Amino acid sequence: MAAAASDQPAPSGLEQYLRPLRLLRHHKLTVTGAYVGTIGQTIVTLIIPQFVKWIVDSGIGGAPLHAGIPQWVANAIPPALAADTMGLVVASVTMLLLLSFVRGGFTYLTGVNSEVVSQSVAYRLRNALYHKLCSLSFRFHDQSTAGDLLSRAAQDVERLRFLTGRALLGIVNALFLMIATAAVLFAMDPLLAILAMLVIPPLMWQAWKFAKAYRPLSMEIQKQLGVLTTVLEQNLRGIRVVKAFAQEKAQVGAYNAANSVWFEHSADAAQMRSVRIPLLDLLAGLGSVVVVYFGGRAVINQSMSLGELLAFMTYLAQLIMPIRRMGMIVPFVAMAGASSERVFEVLDTKSAIADGEGTPPLPPIRGDIEFDRVSFNYTPANRAITDVSFELKAGEILALLGATGSGKSTLINLIPRFYEASGGRVLIDGIDVRDVQLHSLRRQVASVLQDPVLFATSIRENIGFGLDDPGQDQIVEAAKAAQAHDFIMEMPQQYDSRVGERGTTLSGGQRQRLSIARALIVNPKILILDDATSSVDTETERLIQAALDNLMANRTSIVIAQRLSTVRRADKILLLDQGRVAGLGTHRDLWESSSIYRSIYEGQLQR
Amino acid sequence: MSMSTSAYRSIVRSVRHNTPDSDDTEADVRFSRYILARLLAYLKPHKAKMAAAFAAMLLVTGLSLWIPILIKDAIDVHIKASDTQALLRISATIALAYGGTFVFQALQRYFMAWVGQRVLATLRLELVTKLQILPIDYHTRRIVGVIVSRVIGDVSVINELLSQGLIQLFSDVILLFGIVWVMLALNANLALLTFTVIPFMVLSTYIFSKKARDRFRQTRTLAADMIGNFAETLTGMRVVQAFGQEQKMTRLFDADNSNTRQANIHSMKLAFTFLPVVEIMSVVATCLILLFGARAAINNLEGITVGIVAAFLAYATRFFQPIQELSQLFTTMQSAMAGGEKIIEILDTDEGVKDPEDGRSMPPIQGRVEFSNVGFHYDESVAVLHNINLVIEQGQTIALVGPTGAGKTSIANLIPRFYDATDGRVLIDGVDVRTITQSSLRSQMGMVTQEPHLFTGTVADNIRFARPDAGMDDVIRVAKEANAHNFIVELVDGYETEVEEGATNLSVGQRQLICIARAILANPRILIMDEATSSVDTVTESMIQEALNRLLAQRTSVVIAHRLSTIRNADKIFVLDHGNVAEEGTHDELYEANGLYRTLYDMQFLDYQAELGIPAETPSANGLHPVAAATDLGTRQPRRT
Repeated sequence: MAAAASDQPAPSGLEQYLRPLRLLRHHKLTVTGAYVGTIGQTIVTLIIPQFVKWIVDSGIGGAPLHAGIPQWVANAIPPALAADTMGLVVASVTMLLLLSFVRGGFTYLTGVNSEVVSQSVAYRLRNALYHKLCSLSFRFHDQSTAGDLLSRAAQDVERLRFLTGRALLGIVNALFLMIATAAVLFAMDPLLAILAMLVIPPLMWQAWKFAKAYRPLSMEIQKQLGVLTTVLEQNLRGIRVVKAFAQEKAQVGAYNAANSVWFEHSADAAQMRSVRIPLLDLLAGLGSVVVVYFGGRAVINQSMSLGELLAFMTYLAQLIMPIRRMGMIVPFVAMAGASSERVFEVLDTKSAIADGEGTPPLPPIRGDIEFDRVSFNYTPANRAITDVSFELKAGEILALLGATGSGKSTLINLIPRFYEASGGRVLIDGIDVRDVQLHSLRRQVASVLQDPVLFATSIRENIGFGLDDPGQDQIVEAAKAAQAHDFIMEMPQQYDSRVGERGTTLSGGQRQRLSIARALIVNPKILILDDATSSVDTETERLIQAALDNLMANRTSIVIAQRLSTVRRADKILLLDQGRVAGLGTHRDLWESSSIYRSIYEGQLQR
Repeated sequence: MSMSTSAYRSIVRSVRHNTPDSDDTEADVRFSRYILARLLAYLKPHKAKMAAAFAAMLLVTGLSLWIPILIKDAIDVHIKASDTQALLRISATIALAYGGTFVFQALQRYFMAWVGQRVLATLRLELVTKLQILPIDYHTRRIVGVIVSRVIGDVSVINELLSQGLIQLFSDVILLFGIVWVMLALNANLALLTFTVIPFMVLSTYIFSKKARDRFRQTRTLAADMIGNFAETLTGMRVVQAFGQEQKMTRLFDADNSNTRQANIHSMKLAFTFLPVVEIMSVVATCLILLFGARAAINNLEGITVGIVAAFLAYATRFFQPIQELSQLFTTMQSAMAGGEKIIEILDTDEGVKDPEDGRSMPPIQGRVEFSNVGFHYDESVAVLHNINLVIEQGQTIALVGPTGAGKTSIANLIPRFYDATDGRVLIDGVDVRTITQSSLRSQMGMVTQEPHLFTGTVADNIRFARPDAGMDDVIRVAKEANAHNFIVELVDGYETEVEEGATNLSVGQRQLICIARAILANPRILIMDEATSSVDTVTESMIQEALNRLLAQRTSVVIAHRLSTIRNADKIFVLDHGNVAEEGTHDELYEANGLYRTLYDMQFLDYQAELGIPAETPSANGLHPVAAATDLGTRQPRRT
């Protein structure tokens, strides 16, 4: 695999196609089935016109039986049959029918196998993407948008599916048929064959030229459609604000601008497309005119039979078809190249945080935490922390205080290694978090953060999220401790009620309690908590407070403190100012030593 | 001789329809004349282009019927007669016919594609415009992703019907009848014999389409589920990783993914059974022609010539194409109708809140707000507000307090006319809000919502949202007033920093400050504030409070209150209970009155004490009002069913 990230130069054009095609090696047998099928199909297709010719020449035209067929075939025909012209026609027609059945079998074989192969490639790619995205660090997800990643997993993978399935098969089939037909045509009449096939080079050239010009345009259209989607989605998500400030007209204007660009590009593409297929047809038609004229002269000169001319025309028609099909495939193939780039860009991204070879798991922990001169530089200035050190014994509570952007969130994210410290060490029970498996670390550390994300499944599954196979008792117990049991029981389907899109059917307070239950059930030794509550009424506020008390009992907790009770209950308070430690100690220590602390504390009281 | 071109195209098309954004109801959709008429109306402005495309289509169809006859003549007449000159002439004619086909086909395709894309763009714009007009209520009940897929996905399906489908329909029908006519004219008996295949063809196509529709619909549902699962995980990725559930989630996704693959293969198996069946039927037709053509030729019957046989072979091939395309078209039309129905539904949605006929504007607002006997209920549900009477004088700050569901948010929503009162009148400066245009009203009002919403774009763009033409100095001035300037300049690109999706690169407090700056710049005469300062740290909170005080100054302000500090400063407090104004007055008056307000207040005071523990050593006993920290009076939006 190539190195990391998006800043690396794009791989060569050919490589973009080879990478998805290499995935076919996992399905050797099926691929073989598909291609054997397509070759069989082609061979039968090539034989069929010979029967037509035969019937026309010998059956209708009354030519001698042996004209134009190999001697050994002629010899194989029983003399009795050869004498009876009508019998011969009937036999030929029967053969024709039989052959078409064989061809049908091959068609099915090809189709189903190629479908299985391409669907499997898509399946494999989607799984790989999913797996990769799960393993990529927070930093990656901070910098990417869900919509973009999703379109890679959906549209781009679909295009690669088409590439590895029907497109490749179509191309192989077309090439094979082309070469074989050309050979047959040559065998029948070399001069006429050359004349008829003069149209092929311009056909190929046209297809290539089209692909070259069409690809950037179609990518531009796709991109613009993405812009349209984003503009609309943003508009709808903020529709309250739009209406509140009476900005509807400006919003429609912005949309229309993007829409017009889209239309311009689409009209250009329509123009390109509208000429393509008719042009292929034209060139094909001209090929057949050449055959009618020169073939007709040959028949007049008696150097060719009428049946041969008909067969020749049939072959030519067959030759044109795959080329026409290739013409249709070409724009898709062109787009698949870009899709391949987008899919593999994600797959090639190296996770900034990953387990090394043979990293040991973190043994069951007591819960001591130590920050040893920890620094972290993240691009936005307000996320950095510098030289932070503190120690926390198992079971203690640390309250984090500081202004917005002072680095509190960054600090707590370093413990489960969502981000990695750029300097110093984060130690749990004396073990550097970088020296243990991520999974074993994170399963012993739970976080309850602002704006809890719930999944669109049942409440039961949301609460039991962190466990592999939670029992009903455990779930109810956690829900009770999180003060969520009562409202859950009031819902129509209780624990089986489904959570709506991003938890919209639940109020903020309810979501918060569910996320507390979710953390409680895994019984973490270390708890990371943002004790902010969204705007809730007094009763809910009390319930949440009780839930948080239950949550913090008997574990090491690091809390971004928004409320007095937390600060007062903390064993230690860490005061952050612009990413640096501005004070560390108990409430009493800090009250006496730190003016910043006093002003924060009073600030809260003055309200 | 082979049918596979059109059959192939039909498969490609059905796969292309296999996208996860449309719903699964299309099988039940009838060809509603109303919807069709509505959709066709979008073609009207493009009459000239449509007519040109139609004419081109007729010419192409005519030429494609004529060419086989020419070839037949070339074989039967000129080659048989050994007339090289005539052969050259007819070859040239054929070449010209092909040339003509090319020109007209290209024109037809271009015009239709152009019209299709134009209609697409128009429809999308109309939908977006309509969505702006639809009331808030409409949006709160719908999932954004679904609407987006209507505007982007369904519209493009309709395009397929309007641009390609319609003309294809005519061209197929004409071609079909043309071929039948020519074949009958060439040799009636042989033609009728060939036609015997048609019933089987139609029947098998019908059976296939029916089965395929079910299977493809199922496939589509599964694919939609899978993509939905993927999207969910992306949204909750931080939670997945925080709980170390990557493996479990991957396993779950694998199951969905694998189901989708199986369903796809299952559907396509059907298609790949149908394909050979069609091919074989086409060969059967060829065989019939050859067999009886040969017999007739041998026995010198009915003047069947080699040329006629050749022409028949050519026509028989073309003959099946329109039949198949028509069946394919039927499927396209079904999904287009399904999409069309949903789009027309949006376009036909009642706007609820409407501008007055005379389009009168609100004069510059002074700021007096009056509710006169106002009652309100959402659609079918029970009344949320009963007979509300209240007056807010110009420049006053009033607070709305009360338990959840008391009607605070409903009152706030009636002032900018997000909803219309079901009874009574809402007056601003004595003007009934229903008698003036919404934009003239709202452009003089501002709102700070509970969840600070930012758009993607730069920080500066967000601040100048309500006044896109505002200069940079204005932006900086209001940012300073909103206490936002200091942190903004420290962002990577200062005011030009791009706000990430979901504003994840800003803290909640920072977002709130930007929203306040936005409201200050809008300089509204009336401000509605759903106070939401609880989820930020204490320092930020006091910064927000300070900024808010500047924002509230000198304008009429309605605060949906969460914090007592604001309430204490308010000129008047309205205590709501079950949709009625239970009490009104200043903090001191209400406290003395010893009613609901006092109860709520004392309850919070107790909470506060509990939170403090016994505050012996705290610096709180310094005369400041103790009821501050985490005390809310409850402001969730009223629950609706």
